Amino acid sequence: MLDRAADPSLLLIAPTGGGKTLAGFLPTLVELAEGQHDGLHTLYISPLKALAADIKRNLRTPVEEMGLPIRIEDRTGDTSQTKKKRQRADPPHILLTTPESLALLTSYEDAPRMFAGLQRVIVDEIHALAESKRGDQLFLALARLQTLCPTLRRVGLSATVEDPNAIAHLLAKHPDPCPVILADPGPAPDIRMLVTDEAPPWSGGGAKYAIPAVLEEVKKHNTTLIFHNTRAQAELYFHNIWLANEDQLPIGIHHGSLDRQQRERVEQAMVGGQLKAIVCTGSLDLGIDWGDVDLVIQIGAPKNVKRLVQRIGRANHRYNAPSKALLVPANRFEVVECIAALEAVKADALDGDPRGPGPRDVLCQHILITAAAGPFDADALYAEVTTAGAYSALTRPEFDACLDFCATGGYALRAYDQWQRLQQRPDGKWQLRDPRSTQRIRMNIGTIQGTDTLKVRYKGRGGKPLGEIEEGFAATLTPGDTFLIGGQIVRYDSLRELTVQVTRDASKKPKIATFMGTKFATSTQLSHRIIEMFQHDSWPDLPRHTSEWLTLQRKVSRLPEPGRLLIESFPHDGRVHTAVYGFAGRNAMQTLGLLLTKRMEETGLNPLGFLATDYATLIWGLDPIRDPAPLFEIDALRDGLDRWLAGNAVMKRTFRASATIAGLIERNSPSARKSGRQATFSSDILYDTLAKYDPDHLMLDITRQEAMRGLVDFGRIEEMARRVEGRIDLIELDRVTPLAAPLFLEVGRVPVKGLAEEKLLAAEAERLMATAGLAPASPKRDWRVPF
Amino acid sequence: MNTYDFTFTGTHLQALGSGALYWPAQALLCVSDLHLGKSERIARRGGSQLPPYETRDTLTRLSGDLDATGARTVICLGDSFDDLAAARSLSEDERLWITRLQAGRRWVWIEGNHDPGPIEFGGTHLADMVHPPLTFRHITQPTASGEISGHYHPKATLHLRSRAITRRAFLFDQDRLIMPAYGTYTGGLRSHDAALTDLMRTDAHAILTGPNPMQIPMPR
Repeated sequence: MLDRAADPSLLLIAPTGGGKTLAGFLPTLVELAEGQHDGLHTLYISPLKALAADIKRNLRTPVEEMGLPIRIEDRTGDTSQTKKKRQRADPPHILLTTPESLALLTSYEDAPRMFAGLQRVIVDEIHALAESKRGDQLFLALARLQTLCPTLRRVGLSATVEDPNAIAHLLAKHPDPCPVILADPGPAPDIRMLVTDEAPPWSGGGAKYAIPAVLEEVKKHNTTLIFHNTRAQAELYFHNIWLANEDQLPIGIHHGSLDRQQRERVEQAMVGGQLKAIVCTGSLDLGIDWGDVDLVIQIGAPKNVKRLVQRIGRANHRYNAPSKALLVPANRFEVVECIAALEAVKADALDGDPRGPGPRDVLCQHILITAAAGPFDADALYAEVTTAGAYSALTRPEFDACLDFCATGGYALRAYDQWQRLQQRPDGKWQLRDPRSTQRIRMNIGTIQGTDTLKVRYKGRGGKPLGEIEEGFAATLTPGDTFLIGGQIVRYDSLRELTVQVTRDASKKPKIATFMGTKFATSTQLSHRIIEMFQHDSWPDLPRHTSEWLTLQRKVSRLPEPGRLLIESFPHDGRVHTAVYGFAGRNAMQTLGLLLTKRMEETGLNPLGFLATDYATLIWGLDPIRDPAPLFEIDALRDGLDRWLAGNAVMKRTFRASATIAGLIERNSPSARKSGRQATFSSDILYDTLAKYDPDHLMLDITRQEAMRGLVDFGRIEEMARRVEGRIDLIELDRVTPLAAPLFLEVGRVPVKGLAEEKLLAAEAERLMATAGLAPASPKRDWRVPF
Repeated sequence: MNTYDFTFTGTHLQALGSGALYWPAQALLCVSDLHLGKSERIARRGGSQLPPYETRDTLTRLSGDLDATGARTVICLGDSFDDLAAARSLSEDERLWITRLQAGRRWVWIEGNHDPGPIEFGGTHLADMVHPPLTFRHITQPTASGEISGHYHPKATLHLRSRAITRRAFLFDQDRLIMPAYGTYTGGLRSHDAALTDLMRTDAHAILTGPNPMQIPMPR
């Protein structure tokens, strides 16, 4: 690392926990040891606040022991306002921060002064950032910094990835080269599936059945991390594991919805070696140094192989011993998934999709941030932006359209000439028309689309903060309802000033908090491994319960085959359900759900909604599909694609996200929420209005591109259709099949707003009126409301 | 046109799916809270530059309701413009459009809190209007009787199994009727908000707007 310290950019790839973070800092420590440098020298950026805090601890210890004259501070959303102000006036030598905090720093007029003298920037866990818009924002900010400090050197630290050059392209100043250093990958990981005496259920996501076996493993190891795919699952599991924890093993919980103080307590206890196990989610996923972790347990199937390998790296990394991990499938389908994932790890087959060009909604935000810092020249900004790898192919017309959007709104109807957000000065530079708008721009910085959340506290003055829940979830609570948070069951009492007040509750069964967790998509590669596995005559490698489950599926229905499309139709819970096993990956299956439900709506089958997994689309509605072939005619599907895309819920969701990032919609500030919803209106209205009156508007173009990137994939549907060539097997059954059962656990249901909704609405209205003792409501002229 | 017929203080009225109210016996159409010019006002005050098409969208819908009902009297129940400057800033096309809609009809602008002063459009400008047995005003009064008002932008949510559907809604009891907002860029206040539950009697009802307007007990 020291040999390459002068390289303008460098990417270091090492397995998780290979000590690469410290390696990244070595040149900085050497250069600062003399005590000659004044002001900021090195900027360290990580995707997690916790990681910045952790690195601060780990870095300060050796620096203090060696008596080096180096000031190290972090700056995140958790840093106090006074400290932040002081840092801008008098920056430390090493500043540890996040992409959002960095973007905010570059929006201040005094940014050139603060970053003067900056020598190095270290981007940690760059593989995680490279997958998201947070990374795009960061690399644009680096382009800005490079202009302020032309001698800036960039170092990226990454866990093992399938395509290091793609990340190097993002990191380096385009078109400069970026050498890649590959560290020794270390011994092969020791990963197995936890086999229990008790069989996993057919469906269910909790893996409650395996708790005794997991507790046994916890006892045998120093410290165990127990990973879950969602926060709600982690909460439920933590609750259940404590109900079974007869030995009172010290076990903690850690996830992003918990109150900061709670999280910090767990982190400290962990570092102090006081905990035997931590139930956690992705918030602990990245390379935090957690001391003596010698076992990683993954509950639920790992949705992609890359993430699995990175997670496993958490265990035992200090001792150069093989990482040790156990997979605990939550249901029988996940047993199959786990086995396929293990085969993939053995074959060293990491997966991932190329990300495509830099998203333009992030660019719009970047233009506004630039304007907040002061007047800018459009030519210079375009040249600067295209030095970011993701935007190196951005054309000038594309850039100009984004600039026009930021300045005038970019509408065909030039309505805002008088009220432009950006104006061109006589010298040609662009500046904010109203300097007060810097405040709004700064409030809106960031690319993470958090749902609105409410704080949860115990009732009473100074009640202890517990964490946050989604506003939508809070709205469904009525006083007396119970839910889990921080491993506690609490009872909802009241909502006061945007805080959910709760009391302790002694009951054992809560109403589960449905707050968001990260949703992972399984790679298509895993899907293919699974469908191949289904073709075997028997499954000696699988646990007996799972091979019996597959045998049963083959007996009552059949297993999906390559080159054919299996569709099952069955009643459940008063609705007709149709499961389409396309095995085309989540994006494609989601697109298929959109297209199929649209066609079903047109043919009067009254669909109500659908959900998509990597393997199947499950549709529910009022009427069954009897003749599937016409619905799947690829030409008809393709013809309607644009029309269908325009009106659907997925596009509206994407629009909301992109319009917020681009600054068209403002994030709801707490004060705006307090005044009630009366003044704000749904982003769906904006989407519909734009689609109707200005269909070529930039925001709609961006929405289509982003939807195609993240949520919609028509190419794989076409591929599936070619594979199948009309060989569709429709099987009608009288109940849920073994293979369909796990689908009912999936989150991410997409509603279909059509005739069926109107029918149900009318039925419910009638029922309510009858319950209220009133004559059934019917739209007849002579009807009277009896008072 | 999908309408829902009901009786309010002995008067036969029709709730339109669009959020307008029609009084057949008087050929009178009432709409509330149009908030015309809202996008202009937001931009003027340094906020976002929203798609500037809400005025034409609102007028298109109003024009459709006028054609369908053949109304001879129109009452705009206040907050017709997002503010007085927004009223002045409408484009020439939009001004002419409003004038065309007014031709051959009696047109009443009721004052709202957003548009309290005189505006430069034809028609009658009133603080409130009594048309026995009904009274039209922007904000309901405690002593209301046979009163039709707006201001609150009520919406109501119906919980179906596995989904909740929220629509703009008319709220009414034996004393008052509160109209939903008609303007394209308007949000809503849930019927279970204290501001509305305190106002309405316990036996109040809601009529959901939408393709098929329908009546339910007011969710609270």
